[in-house]
Amino acid sequence: MSIATTTLTDWKLRAGQSQGLLIAVAVFVAMFTLYITNHPAGLTVPVVTTAANKAVLLALVAMAQTLPVLTGGLDLSVGMIFVMTNCLASAIVGGEPWQVALGIVGVLLAGALAGFVNGAIVVYGRLQPIITTLATGAIYYGFALLIRPVPGGNVDGDLADFMTYTVFGETVPTSLLALLAAVLIIWLPFRHSVIGRGCYAIGSAEGAAYMSGVAIGRSKLAAYTLSGLLAGLAGLMLTFVTYSGEASAPIGGTYTLNSIAAVVIGGTSLYGGAGGAIGSIFGAFILRTIDDLLFVFDLPPLWQPLFQGVVLLGAVSLGAARVFRVKNRLELFN
Amino acid sequence: MQALLKRVDKPVVIAFGFIVVLLLAGSLYSSSFLSANYLLQQLQVAAFLGLIASGVMLVILLGHIDLSIPWLVTVGGMMSTAAAGWWGPEWAIPFGVFCGLVFGIINGLGVAILRVPSMIFTLGINAVAQGVMVLHTGGFAPQDSATPLMRWLAVDRLVLGIPNAVFIWALLGIAIVVILKRTPLGRYIYAIGNREGATYLSGVNTRLIIVCCFAISGMCSALAGVLLAGYSSKGYQAMGDPYLLPAIAAVVLGGTHILGGRGTYLGTVAGVVLISLLASILSVMQMPEAGRQIIYGGVIVGMLLVYGRGQRVLG
Repeated sequence: MSIATTTLTDWKLRAGQSQGLLIAVAVFVAMFTLYITNHPAGLTVPVVTTAANKAVLLALVAMAQTLPVLTGGLDLSVGMIFVMTNCLASAIVGGEPWQVALGIVGVLLAGALAGFVNGAIVVYGRLQPIITTLATGAIYYGFALLIRPVPGGNVDGDLADFMTYTVFGETVPTSLLALLAAVLIIWLPFRHSVIGRGCYAIGSAEGAAYMSGVAIGRSKLAAYTLSGLLAGLAGLMLTFVTYSGEASAPIGGTYTLNSIAAVVIGGTSLYGGAGGAIGSIFGAFILRTIDDLLFVFDLPPLWQPLFQGVVLLGAVSLGAARVFRVKNRLELFN
Repeated sequence: MQALLKRVDKPVVIAFGFIVVLLLAGSLYSSSFLSANYLLQQLQVAAFLGLIASGVMLVILLGHIDLSIPWLVTVGGMMSTAAAGWWGPEWAIPFGVFCGLVFGIINGLGVAILRVPSMIFTLGINAVAQGVMVLHTGGFAPQDSATPLMRWLAVDRLVLGIPNAVFIWALLGIAIVVILKRTPLGRYIYAIGNREGATYLSGVNTRLIIVCCFAISGMCSALAGVLLAGYSSKGYQAMGDPYLLPAIAAVVLGGTHILGGRGTYLGTVAGVVLISLLASILSVMQMPEAGRQIIYGGVIVGMLLVYGRGQRVLG
């Protein structure tokens, strides 16, 4: 086999593996084009910045959700870590520059610690992730309420304005750069590290991964901890967008549920082992653009929740096409 | 005695033991915790959670999960009161439960036929049910007050001061126990939870069983919604929101394995009473919401660490 054919099959294999991601990107581009062409203002920096600020929050939470899902787990507490770090940031990110910097580090550490606790209970306590994070989610929400019993607080105004506005001569939304930084600094190194590959292996077949010498515990711990860190980053961004903190159970619940939907739409298997955080980002973008589309097409507000629900249901059912292609029904049971 | 001990699960014993400890600890705080009136009051509140948990337990035994509980409860409450306004009060309860059944069947079809993971499909149905309810209330102002029968079922005490809601829970509980222990359906549910492929190869129509369980779960949630509407004398948006996590937690604390195949109804009863009692005691002690949430989550993790730990994966 010549080198040329090797790279070709390699390329085909890679395209096949990231089919979900490619579909998500295509759907997003189509939807966003539709949105921009129907928006009264068109493709202007403010329109894109507003869209980006909303979308980046969900995108970060969806990235956070992706890591546990890849290991075959699930994190039902991401939304609550998001809310908890939002409340924490509204309390400690302010004052002198060094205090702001220290506050940001504190917020991110708190997120990572919450994720680490999830991971430790799953790995050492050997409880199922879904029920563990259900319970720890309640605990993190309790901490959020402790920090902020009523909505309020504030955050360093200059920094918040900077993070929610634009850079490079008012062309690129800063929040998108923050998202890019999360991908470049957290996701890609993790994806290509031994531990990251281990997470994929665990999600595919935990027993086989163990037999192959994958450090199961360490990989899962890393996945949950980084998940908490990303959720903490999202909470920090939320504080920059709203300038305040609010311990809101509905916000936490909505983000948790939407993050799962975004992960699925982005082509990551809920059974683990396939997919990636980039797909989840586009899944999140798609979910956000649906809301924006409803706005520009002037759908009656009463119909919006139903329409969103049907679109969500349709999107997650797309994978069902596989069911009608299998020849042996036994392939379905795994 | 030895035989008896063998027959009851460790989780069930620990959960009931914890209930006794909670009651004793509560009675140190205030002696009214051991009064019959307080206990019956707790059972009445627990009955609503018990109805929901009964349905969701069947789904969890299959190895699936039903996250559409919040809005199916709301559908039950709101559609029953609306039906009373449209066609007369006798239609209220049947129509409310029927709507839950319809959504439950759609859940089942999505999971069994389309094979979408139940976690995400029921989530989608939850969103659709929410959309339908928003559309339902918007602009039309349908009737939202409960019928006298609904109020009577949820609030009144017919026999010996025992709330009627507890009788409904008991009847449903007996039905579930009979299904699980005495019918092929029950055997198939446990079998699917253990290994669906093997059950299918044994000639069982696994898809039908899955649809059945989701349908029952939808009906149970809607029935709870009907009674909750009776209890608060009206059906309103988001009335089911506080019930998702307690229902799943109650089932799991009762020793039902979250991945399916193992669990007893007695355990679910223990879990429901435990969760309701914990919430009640914390609220009587005027614990702030923050502390309640932390204790609530801590108790779930703590109890499961005692008896719910999984096997180590070794190849």
